[in-house]
Amino acid sequence: MSESASDKTNSVATTQQDAALQGTVGDGDQYLTFTLGDEEYGVDILRVQEIRAWDTATPIPNTPPYVKGVINMRGTIVPVVDLRERFGMETLEYTQFTVVVLVKVIHGDRERIMGLIVDALSEVYGINEDQLRPPPEFGTVIRTDFIRGLATMEDKMVIVLDVDSLLGEDAGVGGDGD
Amino acid sequence: MSIDMNQFLQTFFEESFEGLDDMENGLLNMTAGEPDVEQLNDIFRAAHSIKGGAGTFGLNSVTDLTHKLETLLDRLREGESEVTTDGINLLLESVDCLRSLLQAERDGTEADPQQAADITTRLAAMVDGGDGDSSSNGKDGDDAGSTAAADDGSGPGGGWRIGFTPEPHLFMTGNDPLRLLEELSELGEIQVSCDSSSLPALPDLDPEQCVLSWTIDLYGDVERQAIEEVFEWVEDDCSLTIAPLELAAGDTTTAPETASDPQAASAGEPAGDDTPQKPAQQSSGGNASTSSSIRVDTGKIDNLIDMVGELVITQSMLNELGENFTMDKLEKLQDGLAQLERNTRELQENVMRIRMVPISFAYSRLPRMVHDLMRQLGKKVDLQLNGEETELDKTVMEKIIDPLVHLVRNAMDHGIEAPEKRAELGKQETGTLEMNAYHKGGYIVIEINDDGAGISRDRLLGKAREASLVDNGEELSDEQVFDFIFHPGLSTHDEATDVSGRGVGMDVVKRNIKALGGNITVNSTPGRGTRFAIHLPLTLSILDGQLFRVGDQVYVVPLISIMESLQMQGGKIKRMAGTSELYEWRDDYIPIIRLRELFNETGGGALENELMVVVEEDDRYVGLHVDELLGQQQVVIKSLKSNYRPVTGFAGATILGNGTVALILDIAGLLELAQARDEVLTKGANN
Repeated sequence: MSESASDKTNSVATTQQDAALQGTVGDGDQYLTFTLGDEEYGVDILRVQEIRAWDTATPIPNTPPYVKGVINMRGTIVPVVDLRERFGMETLEYTQFTVVVLVKVIHGDRERIMGLIVDALSEVYGINEDQLRPPPEFGTVIRTDFIRGLATMEDKMVIVLDVDSLLGEDAGVGGDGD
Repeated sequence: MSIDMNQFLQTFFEESFEGLDDMENGLLNMTAGEPDVEQLNDIFRAAHSIKGGAGTFGLNSVTDLTHKLETLLDRLREGESEVTTDGINLLLESVDCLRSLLQAERDGTEADPQQAADITTRLAAMVDGGDGDSSSNGKDGDDAGSTAAADDGSGPGGGWRIGFTPEPHLFMTGNDPLRLLEELSELGEIQVSCDSSSLPALPDLDPEQCVLSWTIDLYGDVERQAIEEVFEWVEDDCSLTIAPLELAAGDTTTAPETASDPQAASAGEPAGDDTPQKPAQQSSGGNASTSSSIRVDTGKIDNLIDMVGELVITQSMLNELGENFTMDKLEKLQDGLAQLERNTRELQENVMRIRMVPISFAYSRLPRMVHDLMRQLGKKVDLQLNGEETELDKTVMEKIIDPLVHLVRNAMDHGIEAPEKRAELGKQETGTLEMNAYHKGGYIVIEINDDGAGISRDRLLGKAREASLVDNGEELSDEQVFDFIFHPGLSTHDEATDVSGRGVGMDVVKRNIKALGGNITVNSTPGRGTRFAIHLPLTLSILDGQLFRVGDQVYVVPLISIMESLQMQGGKIKRMAGTSELYEWRDDYIPIIRLRELFNETGGGALENELMVVVEEDDRYVGLHVDELLGQQQVVIKSLKSNYRPVTGFAGATILGNGTVALILDIAGLLELAQARDEVLTKGANN
């Protein structure tokens, strides 16, 4: 019975992913972008394991508020993080467009899957390494080591995130592995 | 067609390591002067099968050594030589040496040829000289061994020239020259030149024909036989010449190993007498690499087959029922489903049972370690192992070995006193180290008891005060004090020794056991001894759980920790200092933990008529206030930390029938959480 439920979410997710993939713009490494409010963020598409529509997560008591809980990703338990709350942005109620992007986080020799709750999916951009501008050293609320760089795509600024440090051990999400 | 020998090789290694363990155990049980023929026979048999296997796979170094070992064992068995302590120690060393040779072969690394040669010579000396003194023979053996190694079937200078001209149809036989060259390169340094003179012009080239031939110069101490074995599968499909390499003056530099070997080896082993220490360390290091296969009793497998048979029958019955189902068959369908559930459960239990191995597997390396430590520390210890048949999950077993070894080392070093001191104290000179393993509830308990010096409570408390872990004047229970022994950096021994005492380790022991979902406790009486008790879950992956609801969430609590579930009676709810709530239960007052509060859920009011689950952890009882009790079911434990991190209070998570995730409570962690919260509250109240 759990199969049918997850099948449905998967199919929703694939259509969104397909739509995003068709709109690929530019050369270079591909980044999947999503929005938080008016801002556009990107993650390395090779790290994206799955995209699914928001469904309830099981909250874990006594964890940071931005950890929304754990979900069942085909038999494995995966934590999901509300990116808005992680960045200290104003929270938003989850809607049918709210998306969970499951990314692979590599830290040392440990690989983990984590979910990012974002407002909506946007595009897939090809961004060359030389198109990445360093983030400003101050004036951002997001710790600069979470940001790999800023890129301009179709007159929009895309903030390319470094998922490894964003969700890594010292970011309050990972913690002691053993 | 070449057969993949690797799969057999793997089995050979496993069997050989087991054989070596058997030999070791047999040797440790042997007493000088009293040869037990039965035991010698067992050791002999183990050695013999290793020799046989090694011969098949062409591991000549192993064959040679086992052969010498057999000769000596045979003499001992026939009563021609006497069993002496030196003899036993030499045999133990040979076992170590064989183990490192086999490990080197398995891992593809270079074994120390000097060690083998040394042992071989000493074995030979002991065979010749009856019960000759091993250490002096060992020293003489150094030179003899090295010359023997140099002569032993290797090329006259240190290399071979191999001419390899395959027949054109070589590829058809499934052989690849590259693979052969790679295999050769594993034997030693090679220089390959390829003769492409018979290569036709590109248009005439048939890619399925092999037209190349090679000349390979192989440097190093390689036996001709080893080279022939490389070409064993292509012998009939090629012309092969193997000739000793003419050692030109300049070539000496390319083969340095042979020249410098004796010196290097003898420098690395300055004192022949101290060798037992070195091999012992090697062997313990090697044992840590665990094989991923498991030996299963055929009975268990037959059981599984029966069960799968039943499952198939149930399935076909349900199938038939489903094909033309009418409502009047509903009862039959329900019966069928119940049967299916029973089958599945039995199958699951039996599959889990396959992973269960007896604890003797973990015990097996202790006698040898104790034997070596006795020599090293000059102590006398009688090691008693009880409950060897107790089974536990293989994964748990593998992870518990290191903590056990550590505890035993500690007991040997700090616990049991030197014979003189024991005599002074009026104890028996020989100390006792007793290990017990047994099942209790859903747990396996492993106890380590020694009758040594014990831990001084005051001293430990003093150390804890020094490290500012305890406030002066704070009173602690024995249990709390002894728990400091697991605190990192705290050692009651003022001087660190080689064996232990640096204050590292006990914290690791505790952490490892915690990571397995277990627990360790200490109890000690100064002068009388120390007792460690380890509680471990039987299996890591499945548990019988009671589902309950708190707020909107469903949680699981392991059924084995539940003592009783009840509806609270108003008159039995008591208060302490206005805040702590207690419940009168079986002539006892137990604290009530409001899970809603602990899990930061809103709500919560009067407890009267509410549900409470009484759980036990380590002889402590608490009542968990829950909103609703749901069903009981077996749940598969999924790790929270594999993608997230361990969370205090939760042993893991599981996936329920509807696909959602439910968290599994860890009672010990839960108590910690509740205690931490209480402390915050008390501090707030007292300030």
